[in-house]
Amino acid sequence: MKLLRMTPGRGDVLLAEGDPDVAEEEERLVEEFRRQLDLGMWAAVPPEGAGGQREATMVRDFSEIPEGAERVIFFPQAAGG
Amino acid sequence: MAPRYARDPARVRRAEERARELLRSTAGDEALQMYERLGFLSIEHEGGEYGYLIYPQRPIVGYDARSGELLSEYCVRFRDGSDPEAGERLPDADDVLAKWLALRMDEDRTLRTANVHPLGRQLDPAMVRRDLSTLRQWQT
Repeated sequence: MKLLRMTPGRGDVLLAEGDPDVAEEEERLVEEFRRQLDLGMWAAVPPEGAGGQREATMVRDFSEIPEGAERVIFFPQAAGG
Repeated sequence: MAPRYARDPARVRRAEERARELLRSTAGDEALQMYERLGFLSIEHEGGEYGYLIYPQRPIVGYDARSGELLSEYCVRFRDGSDPEAGERLPDADDVLAKWLALRMDEDRTLRTANVHPLGRQLDPAMVRRDLSTLRQWQT
């Protein structure tokens, strides 16, 4: 699983990568996930591949990430413009 | 003295290239084609009652998908001040992807967050009508 974040000036950056089934790697992913939410980011899980249906899910806790998800994309919360 | 944003065209171009690849891998090839050819994305609900035109760094425009009537501007921003030297704006393709994701994940919350204005506050209604017409032609 990759944790990515949209950023000004660089596009997306890789924050963390690991296998959530490996305890040590999951711990690192969870820590980074929480850090991004604490920074005010939204976390989106885009579905991968099949079906042509491109929906996305907002997750507010690491445990909400669907099993098998390959990426979580962080981006700033929406604010009125 | 604190670092300040200075526009670097090469950096902006590289960031936009990365952002377009993220758009493609997330929203699909057709979405990237739409963005590159038309300069915006669109979302229409399955029922076909209404839709949105999603412009980079500009308001989202809601429209009646049956009549083509333009409804409102939804002004919403995704600003990130974590790197002052990079500025606060996401690359254009990331900005449209953020709006696309936000509308798909939680449309009500996104619209509640937005400042809502009649069309014409920031966008030229004639331009938006042309864009909607171009979208219809592109989709057929």
